[in-house]
Amino acid sequence: MTAVIELDRVSKDFVVMRKKGRLRRERMTVAAVDDISLRIDTGELVGYIGPNGAGKSTTIKMLTGILVPSSGTVRVVGLDPQRRRVELASRIGVVFGQRTQLWWDLPLIDSFDLLRHVYRVPADRHRANLRRFVDLLELEPFLHSPVRQLSLGQRMRGDLCAALLHDPAILYLDEPTIGLDVVSKARVREFLAQVNRDEGVTILLTTHDLSDVERLCSRLVVIDHGHVIHDGTVAEIKTMFGDTRTVVVDLEEAGPSLVVPGAEVVEVDGPRQWLRFRRSEVTAAEVIAAVVGQARVRDLSIEEPDIEDVVTRIYTSG
Amino acid sequence: MAELATTLHLYRVLAVAKVRADWQYRSQFLLYMTTQFFITFLDFLQIAVIFGAVDSLAGWSLLEVVFLYATSGMAFYLGDAFISQVERVGGYIKAGTFDALLIRPAGTLVQICANDFAFRRLGKLLQASIVMVIVLARLDVEWTPGRLVVFALMIPSGTVIFSSIWVIGASITFWTVDSGELANTFTYGGNFATQYPLDILGTWLRRFLTLVVPTAFVNYFPALYVLGKPDPFGAPGWVRFISPLVALTMAVAARAAWTGAVRHYRSTGS
Amino acid sequence: MRLYWEVLRRGFRRYSTYRAATLAGLFTNTVFGFLKAYILLAVYEQRDVVGGFDATDAVTFSFVTQGFFVMLGAGHLELADRIQSGDVVTDLYRPVDLQAWWLAQDLGRIAFQVALRGCVPFLVGSLVFDLDITSDPALIAAFALSALLGIVVSFGHRFLVTLTTFWLLDYRGTSQVATVVTMFFSGMILPIGFFPDWLEALARALPYAAMLQLPVEVLLGKHTGSDLLALLGVQVLWAVLLLAGGRVLLSAASRKLVIQGG
Repeated sequence: MTAVIELDRVSKDFVVMRKKGRLRRERMTVAAVDDISLRIDTGELVGYIGPNGAGKSTTIKMLTGILVPSSGTVRVVGLDPQRRRVELASRIGVVFGQRTQLWWDLPLIDSFDLLRHVYRVPADRHRANLRRFVDLLELEPFLHSPVRQLSLGQRMRGDLCAALLHDPAILYLDEPTIGLDVVSKARVREFLAQVNRDEGVTILLTTHDLSDVERLCSRLVVIDHGHVIHDGTVAEIKTMFGDTRTVVVDLEEAGPSLVVPGAEVVEVDGPRQWLRFRRSEVTAAEVIAAVVGQARVRDLSIEEPDIEDVVTRIYTSG
Repeated sequence: MAELATTLHLYRVLAVAKVRADWQYRSQFLLYMTTQFFITFLDFLQIAVIFGAVDSLAGWSLLEVVFLYATSGMAFYLGDAFISQVERVGGYIKAGTFDALLIRPAGTLVQICANDFAFRRLGKLLQASIVMVIVLARLDVEWTPGRLVVFALMIPSGTVIFSSIWVIGASITFWTVDSGELANTFTYGGNFATQYPLDILGTWLRRFLTLVVPTAFVNYFPALYVLGKPDPFGAPGWVRFISPLVALTMAVAARAAWTGAVRHYRSTGS
Repeated sequence: MRLYWEVLRRGFRRYSTYRAATLAGLFTNTVFGFLKAYILLAVYEQRDVVGGFDATDAVTFSFVTQGFFVMLGAGHLELADRIQSGDVVTDLYRPVDLQAWWLAQDLGRIAFQVALRGCVPFLVGSLVFDLDITSDPALIAAFALSALLGIVVSFGHRFLVTLTTFWLLDYRGTSQVATVVTMFFSGMILPIGFFPDWLEALARALPYAAMLQLPVEVLLGKHTGSDLLALLGVQVLWAVLLLAGGRVLLSAASRKLVIQGG
């Protein structure tokens, strides 16, 4: 495997002015990204997540050449984004979920044609790519409508097409499913998986929607306070941080909270109770045995933690 | 050279797209263009009224001052139409949209100027051009080849000088986002100042407009040659011919300022 | 009344917070003051008095009037945006008078800007030129009153222009035309004494002179006694007429909104 993205001990400091008293202001240096090393190989589909202000967008900005790192080296498709921004720009595609790159008042198809000039894509290659993506994203019905008239989902599909027309090796996506309805979300995810699988495009995705990550990403990088605090598969992260399980019991009748050694009742709703325990301390069988010994149980299930819980836990512990 | 050609091509493609987008709101488009045409008569009226009170201004006749007005106007409004959009960069930085320019394989300056190209501004250029035609027809000048060449180079040089001031002013807003009006002093102020002979200004202001923000080279010095007028302050004769060189120097400075500004942006973020 | 006072204070504060922009603006106003002063001085190379102004009057005029540029440089109020977007409907339902609200807002903004942007260029200008300004407190008070009336007249005019948005749906073209006419006939471009007689007579018959030319004439001591009272009377008259016109147009606009349902 060859690396398409390499960050080696990269930091990015910002100078901020902080108010001190009525008029005086103090210069302060804040590290948005602090000594990050990361390597992403061709064809990977990586989720890059973290709370607001963790350094996600600063990282993406350094990878696209918008920002220059304070220290460390960045290589993207073998290029130094700092010195070869223009060259790099034609090898990457970028989609900002909240901001369209399309020409607001012109028909969608015109934006694609304009981008052909901006990226200097040969006409025949442009035509072939356009045909393929229009089919895949089902853009045909609104190809000739002004962008301002498109729904959010249609516009996002248009933006995805726009970002891919010049055959980029890497696609950066910032919150690509934000604000979309369930159907549009599913469609965007399906398309991304397909582009990654069939075209071999490396995808780096930042998102708050963890179901995106769960459905799409083979690898998850978690960043907080400018540090990478986890880098691994989604399954790994679940086993590492998702040590807890929850037993949900439906009792014959509502009663006081159960008392089970090693487990804790986290919620009671009528006859239904939730008991959380750590697998490293007690087994599910032991918890269930203790419950059955105390009350008459009608039904019972074990819940795995979802990724949202896991990530919240990582943030709060990290 | 190839770089220049691709840049111009990109400018044209993006500007045409903007014109087509604006054309969707065509009644506003036409109304605005018409008022832009008339608004430029304001400065012209000032000259007309002044020459109602006196016959000449510092030894310059009405027609000669109108010649300055027309050359200044054409140079300024060409810059206004094709480059002045760059003054909006402060808004791009505030809104975070400057990033979107950096992720494209093209220069940021050409993208801003072309994306915000406003065809309606050409209404002002049209007014200045009409005045120019009229003044040329009535001006009593013996057109030697030398004068023709100097005259032909006036408008392009002036356009480059004004455009460079716009770009340098916009570059400064990368450091001080709210200083937009400061640049206006030198662009709009430069346009206003160059509508009158430099002779009337105080010494310090004359030196400033010759040596620091060299708008005196937009029209005053070459006009001395074209109109065959003496220089009351006795600047060396060659000063009348160096407008193209001044323009080139300004363009180089503007390019350096913009490159420096973008580098500053990329190292500090917004 | 208390409410409008608060609005006025907010308007004042809001615009005094943009420090960098204000500094840049002061610089611009000062430079333009110099440019205008030099142009007028070139005229006085050949003439001693034009339209009742001598060279010192004209140069003083060039600097003092810079402050008024903030008021005359835009033909409309920000209200025009709210009318265009339709947000004005909510304003009309509020239990406040729309015209009084915007007048208070405008006074708060303009009074500060006119004072600051007039004083600084004036002070800088006085370092280079002999500027003539009275030290008679009565005259300064008369000028302050006259300038305030000028701001109200200007507001009355801009309010009218703004309200045309209800019918034209866009204000930019109208506003630009209004700006050009105002700048020229108020004396912002040149003192109206420079105009040919017929044009000066026309300018003095229009409300624009009351916005700028008349207050500055007061400051330069061109009017005293009953003449001064008559001048202030003319300003009051224009203020009342324009504000009343605004009320008529506003009620027509409200009726139109009610009928069309916004």
